[in-house]
Amino acid sequence: MLQIPSQDELNILAALPVILLSLIASLLLVADRFIPNKRNIAWLALAGVLLTLGVAVLQAGQVVEFGNEGLAFSGMFVADQFSYVVNVVALLAALIGILVSFEYLERTQLDRGEYYVLLLFSAVGAMFMGASGNLVMIFIGLELLSIPLYILSGIRRPQEESEESAMKYFLLGAFASAFLVYGIALVFGATGSLDLNEIFLAASDLSAADASAQYLLLIGAGLILVGLGFKVAAVPFHMWTPDVYQGAPTPVTAYMSVVAKVGGFAALLRVMVTGLPVVLEGTNNVLWLDSVQFIAGITLILGNVVAIMQSDLKRMLAYSSIAHGGYMLIAVAAAGIEGVGNLAAQAALIYLAAYTFTNIGAFACVVAIEKDDTTGTLMNDIKGLGTTHPRLAAAMTIFMLSLTGVPLTAGFIGKFFVFRAAMEANLIPLAVIGVLTSVVSAFYYMRVVWNMYFEAPAREVSRARQPMLAGALWLTAAGTLVLGILPYILENLVRDATLVLIP
Amino acid sequence: MELQTTGVSIASVVLFAPLVGLIPLLFFGRLSDQQVRISTLITTLVTFGFSLLMLGSFDSADGGMQLEHIEEWIPGLGIYYHVGVDGISIWLVMLTTLIMPIAVLASWTSITERLRLYHGFLLMLETAMLGVFLSLDLFMFYIFWEISLVPMYFMIGIWGSKDKTNFFGREMEARIYAAVKFFLYTMAGSILMLLAILWLGNNAGTFDVTLISQMLRDGTLLLDTDTERLLFLGFFLAFAIKVPIWPLHSWLPDAHVQAPTAGSIILAGVLLKLGTYGLVRFNLDFFPNAAIDFAPYIAALAVIGILYGAWVSYAQTDVKKLVAYSSVSHLGFVVLGIFALNSTGVQGAVLQMVNHGISTGGLFLLVGMLYERRHTKAMNAFGGIWKVMPIYSGFALVITLSSMGLPGLNGFVGEFTILLGSANSEVISIWYTVLATIGVILAAVYMLYMFNNVFMGSVDKEENQELEDLSWRRNWYELSALIPLVILAFVIGLYPTVFFELMDGAVSNLVSHFDATLIAGR
Repeated sequence: MLQIPSQDELNILAALPVILLSLIASLLLVADRFIPNKRNIAWLALAGVLLTLGVAVLQAGQVVEFGNEGLAFSGMFVADQFSYVVNVVALLAALIGILVSFEYLERTQLDRGEYYVLLLFSAVGAMFMGASGNLVMIFIGLELLSIPLYILSGIRRPQEESEESAMKYFLLGAFASAFLVYGIALVFGATGSLDLNEIFLAASDLSAADASAQYLLLIGAGLILVGLGFKVAAVPFHMWTPDVYQGAPTPVTAYMSVVAKVGGFAALLRVMVTGLPVVLEGTNNVLWLDSVQFIAGITLILGNVVAIMQSDLKRMLAYSSIAHGGYMLIAVAAAGIEGVGNLAAQAALIYLAAYTFTNIGAFACVVAIEKDDTTGTLMNDIKGLGTTHPRLAAAMTIFMLSLTGVPLTAGFIGKFFVFRAAMEANLIPLAVIGVLTSVVSAFYYMRVVWNMYFEAPAREVSRARQPMLAGALWLTAAGTLVLGILPYILENLVRDATLVLIP
Repeated sequence: MELQTTGVSIASVVLFAPLVGLIPLLFFGRLSDQQVRISTLITTLVTFGFSLLMLGSFDSADGGMQLEHIEEWIPGLGIYYHVGVDGISIWLVMLTTLIMPIAVLASWTSITERLRLYHGFLLMLETAMLGVFLSLDLFMFYIFWEISLVPMYFMIGIWGSKDKTNFFGREMEARIYAAVKFFLYTMAGSILMLLAILWLGNNAGTFDVTLISQMLRDGTLLLDTDTERLLFLGFFLAFAIKVPIWPLHSWLPDAHVQAPTAGSIILAGVLLKLGTYGLVRFNLDFFPNAAIDFAPYIAALAVIGILYGAWVSYAQTDVKKLVAYSSVSHLGFVVLGIFALNSTGVQGAVLQMVNHGISTGGLFLLVGMLYERRHTKAMNAFGGIWKVMPIYSGFALVITLSSMGLPGLNGFVGEFTILLGSANSEVISIWYTVLATIGVILAAVYMLYMFNNVFMGSVDKEENQELEDLSWRRNWYELSALIPLVILAFVIGLYPTVFFELMDGAVSNLVSHFDATLIAGR
């Protein structure tokens, strides 16, 4: 018989930021028909994100409690500190993403209303993934995150690179989704549930003798890892990244490089720490643990080494974002060690927040130097920027230092927490790979800096003032420095983000 | 364990005073070039004044940390803002605040482009270096340690020499090559230290230097032999690259030669001491057992460095390169003194750190002055300089003699104490001392060789006839940069006890680790 859940079980208000943003995005979709000036759509989207961000910050800072903390929608949605922080990060990404897009879309004649709507929807997807209590929710969240991104990367049709980018992203993305669904199905087959908590209980009850269920679980978890690994561009599922990042319009790349990682890693941590730690911790499954570490290690090495050879900034940042996925994967690997789960999840959140500011900021600098015909993003094009555009160059320097992990920037704090988790989990080889590849990364990030400051100007980057873009740069640069100098702000925010529900 | 927060101390004032000087550079749009220089000079002089006040309120009877300032920073991780000085670090703080005004004076006419940026980096660098000496929290120490790379990277890269170099068959700017090499080399070393710091922090539950030191001494935090050795090496590698200890020195000649004069002065004067200071503060204090185990090997590297540096110096035809390699040799003495692991050796090493700052800093300053007049650093372009620039040459003579260790000047006291310490050391054999003494002789050889070539003889080059000597009226900034160095060379040389007395408490506190029973037990 159909039971109608009570108000308490539904706990709708706890999902207020997600609901709010979905409503705003839906309204904008309709409003788009009636607003001829697309600039106004952007303003409305900006206002909507700011409103939602305000709500999310109040919720995450535990100033106002909306609904009850805990499960909502009969266990499908988890409203806890972890998801609150993911909300804030995803919304910040959306906010800066809109600021970066504003003038760029106008000057390249891409200003269509649906752009902002799609951007908001994919943020909703990332927020859903962070709050999933159920594997189906993760899948839906992933699709909601990805499909708008497929469209956004192809929004510059009929330009070939953009179309190629969208097509490649879509085909491989669909393939990865299939892996994920198959993995979910196998986990369901092994445990008889899709709910993460129930999966945990069922999986810990699986007797060692029940070998077939064990294998199902292991393979299922592996396929989920592949599906999510694709989203976060972990090696060896990264092949799409450079082409897609390069072909997509730069503001889209800026946004996509961050929001897909926010969603992907949030879901990965939920699955690995809440749902399937049994798979990670079981003594019989050393293979599994090793494979997560292996993926983290090769992601770090490949991302960083290949980035050295790039002469196009967008492509260099694409490989760099693969590499940064590697640092977050260190946290995921550490989360698999007993007793380090929460610490590692918090480290990953801090890294994500730091990465959001820094990476969108770095891409925003590329947006600033890019010409209207999408050229002008080569390493040579930034030569002498330090004298011609001192403020832009200073911002870029801050982002490059932060990506390298130099202290007093957010990037250092992120790495500090991630390596701390790795040391706590005794993953010393992985930590050593992490720090050594940081040195490798210093080369290509510093190469940007030396081209800007140590070389004579190559070409004039002059254009009309772009106040919104400048605002995005100020915001991201300030965020990078503030988080770097006053890390306790973040530390306080994530301290209660606990994923290990059943000790 | 918890720390009590305290009020502001003079140590914090010294640390952040240079940053105040950034305000006019950033926000006063109308400053002329000269005003930029003057405001930076005033900032560094005021900082020096504050550090004198700090020296005045320092209590030499106390061997522990003084003038501490503690604030909460990241309470969740046990990370504090914690600064303070003891008898060891106070001298390095003094050295830093002294060298910085000299560096500003050394750039008075030689730097003409992007002045604000340049002076901004100088001030940031000063705070970073002071932070390394003053920090008593490992997290904070690492931050200052690493951030000090950035201003120096820019200084070498933007205002470095105009030379070209061949890099895998492609011609590139030598300064860019040097800047990047400097950055990568030092970062590669220090990043493993981060892991060692994290290990200590995780296991001690705090990042505070004084607390960790205490826990390691009273056995609350026990390290097994292998862990202690690994941690020792983690810290050691970072410091060894910075010092640099042979064979990790290859970044140094490049950086020194390509850097602008002020950059070389700061590099030689202070930056290299970050490494030797780290060895004293962390490797000796935290890991005494590993220090005893590794001391002979490290001392061997130090002695090789002494001889190698001297040997290579002699072969140089470029004056600046000669001085750069002589640094490798001189810092070998400092490392030898540290790893003698006794009070005499460490005291000599600390004093020699200051001495090297004065004499090698002075030499780079002198080379810079000559370069500005002649636009070359090749030794064979000079000769008979004494005849055209007698005042300049007089200063050069004092500094050269101080660098090679003439009795009565500062270098002698430091080197002699170090050799005394290493001869009496219970952990390293007497042969190290014997070989190091040969290094002292070699220092005289290459220094006098250089002096002879540049200053003595007849003026046989046309271009050298008209060189302008130092004078208050024409170039006051050169004289005012040189005079304090020369005075200090004499003061330290004649009254070294003043310096030893102040560091005595801290050093004997430190070497109390290395009592006979501990050494016998290894």
